[in-house]
Amino acid sequence: MKALPAALLLLVASSALAHKPSDSYLAIRVEGSNLSGQWDIALRDLDFAIGLDDSGDGDITWGEVKAHHADAAAYALARLKLRSGTADCPASATEFLVDDHSDGAYSVMRFEARCPDDVTTLEISYSLFADLDPQHRGLLRLEHGTGTRTAIFGPERATQSFELAKISALTQFVDYGREGVWHIWIGFDHILFLLSLLLPAVLVLEGGRWQAVARFPPAFWEVFKIVTSFTVAHSITLSLAALGVISLPSRLVESAIATSVVLAALNNVFPVVHGRRWMVAFAFGLIHGFGFASVLRDLGLPQGALLIALVGFNLGVEIGQLAIVSAFLPVAYGLRASWFYRRLVFVGGSTAIAGIAGIWLIERAFNMKIITP
Amino acid sequence: MRTFRIFIIGTVTDLLRALMLASLAVAAYAAPYVPAEDATVLERLPVRPGDPVARELRQLRAELTANPRRRDTAVRLAERYFELASSEGDPRYVGYAQAALKPWWDLPAPPLDVLVMRAILKQYSHDFSGAMQDLEGATREDPQNARAWSWRGAIHMVQADYERAREDCLTLAKLESELYAAGCIAYLDGTTGKAAAAYRALSAALAKNADAAPEVKVWVLTRLAEMALRQGDAKQAEEHFRAAYFEPINDQFLLAAYADFLLDQGRPEEVVPLLVDWVKSDILLLRLALAERALKAPKAREHTEALRSRFDAAALRGDKLHQQEEARFNLYLLGNKEKALALARENWKLQREPRDARILLEAALAMKDPAAAQEALDWLERSGHEDPALRRTAEKLKALKR
Repeated sequence: MKALPAALLLLVASSALAHKPSDSYLAIRVEGSNLSGQWDIALRDLDFAIGLDDSGDGDITWGEVKAHHADAAAYALARLKLRSGTADCPASATEFLVDDHSDGAYSVMRFEARCPDDVTTLEISYSLFADLDPQHRGLLRLEHGTGTRTAIFGPERATQSFELAKISALTQFVDYGREGVWHIWIGFDHILFLLSLLLPAVLVLEGGRWQAVARFPPAFWEVFKIVTSFTVAHSITLSLAALGVISLPSRLVESAIATSVVLAALNNVFPVVHGRRWMVAFAFGLIHGFGFASVLRDLGLPQGALLIALVGFNLGVEIGQLAIVSAFLPVAYGLRASWFYRRLVFVGGSTAIAGIAGIWLIERAFNMKIITP
Repeated sequence: MRTFRIFIIGTVTDLLRALMLASLAVAAYAAPYVPAEDATVLERLPVRPGDPVARELRQLRAELTANPRRRDTAVRLAERYFELASSEGDPRYVGYAQAALKPWWDLPAPPLDVLVMRAILKQYSHDFSGAMQDLEGATREDPQNARAWSWRGAIHMVQADYERAREDCLTLAKLESELYAAGCIAYLDGTTGKAAAAYRALSAALAKNADAAPEVKVWVLTRLAEMALRQGDAKQAEEHFRAAYFEPINDQFLLAAYADFLLDQGRPEEVVPLLVDWVKSDILLLRLALAERALKAPKAREHTEALRSRFDAAALRGDKLHQQEEARFNLYLLGNKEKALALARENWKLQREPRDARILLEAALAMKDPAAAQEALDWLERSGHEDPALRRTAEKLKALKR
């Protein structure tokens, strides 16, 4: 066939027929002087570059990909230069996985790189497949603190520099504070525990029967004592655990928290302890503090700003807690004399809380799933 | 009480639906995983290593690696890759072709064969001005270069520069055989209001060249079908589509045009078997999803999601090659008229073929914004293009203006 018809066939718009062009997806997270990354590279592209199809049958199997992981990592990482200022941050692969993108299977390589100092300017040079396919692009997602940036790498823009704004202490403080509020808001076990202790605050036990309190001040002071002692207690253990002084297995902690909710709620229905509920709040508050600490640990504690994060998070928890209390108290006080409050909310609510917490206890203690939280 | 119960049931179904959607979304963006078995096949290479094409490519690449400045090998390899890009619809091969021409790629005046190949690769990425510059250089250097002239004609057609396209076709007519020259002129005339005459001329040329290569025949038959449609003869058009379909080659342009014809004729059920094996191609997947939606087929949602993620990926990359398809996707599959119109207008700046005009007119009509499609309306007047469907949409738009 002569070459001419190709033009006559008017393939001009043929790129519109195309499926996806070759892209890789590079995600890098900067934490202090450490970089952690994930790099998704299409298996087809890797095959073209280093050859994956050992059996030569046109199918790329997991076994073949696995056999080439070391080559692939060496090939790819040699084409990605990470620099903090002028210093190199050597990278090494830590894990290999597979992912399916809209246009086929990708090799997923996780890697870590270490820079000599905290990174303020990250320079990235990207030359993957530059010699084989100038149309290839690297799509970068760069995460730093709470900010995310994106960039596109190609032969025309192979080296790009990113100024990482130093996160101010205040921003960090506010960020951790926000996490604290959020955690108390979504942490149903803490809310239910607090509610179980607060529900009887607008009532007094007289002759084995719950009666409405006569005036607001006693109710207020009761709530104040409970909330304060709960706060002091969980702040103590939260700090100790976050600083690594004490550590408890999380299954034990989570089970103990569930137990505390069961006991606090049952105590409303079958009163055993009364009058000194702030002591109960303090004792169980110690356990809840360990629960908060594990959340803080999952968030990742910034080196060098440990105290800021700790205080910010704790304050956030208190703010969230105060918001719940200030919403609860006026309503409870207003309704305290009604049948609705004393029977339905107080007894019914406490029973329901005990029931839910009981299920949590079984789930957590025996590591099984009954309801999804 | 009854309404309350209905409310509860309604809410529960809503909740379940929301949960189902959420789990679908999770499935669509599944996390990276470790395959269970070594034998799990993760990817199928489009060109099997034992294939003659693959063997030839391997050999050419080996020659080029040994001597990267051997121009004839480089151009031949680029040529092979470009053919693959066209038949497979995979832009990777255009990148491979470009890499083969690397020693000459950035030269202001590379040798003629590289110059023409570079132009062809540039137009693939919609760098029409860069491509035209190279082609003008090529025809200046070698006025007898039929290939360069025919690509000039093709690009001028896409840009709706019909005067220049005519000059290119007339020059080509002196250099090439009858079928090619007739094809060039007929394509031009068929687009610019002389469909009947163009149809007759091209049919006659095809009858005289019954031994033409299947690629050429498919191209000619597809054009004949389009010209028949422009004259309002759906029956004749379908005969040409079917004849082209039974030629022994795959052609995505033909499949797209045939599928559009069936969709316009209200026969989506015939589109599904036609395109079911072509989900890798964006434009054919679009037609398939449109047909499935019309049929309320269960696959419609999955294919719509797949298209969405491909357009998202292109946007991430900063590609603007798929705006015409993306506009259609937004208008008919997502019902996002505003975005559809914006994309169709953006696309019109680059490409001005009848189908580009069509989506612009339809999106403007959906938005009841005739001013947005003024350029397409002007084009329709100036070119005298005859497609009855386009004309009807234009009339409706003009009625809105009054």
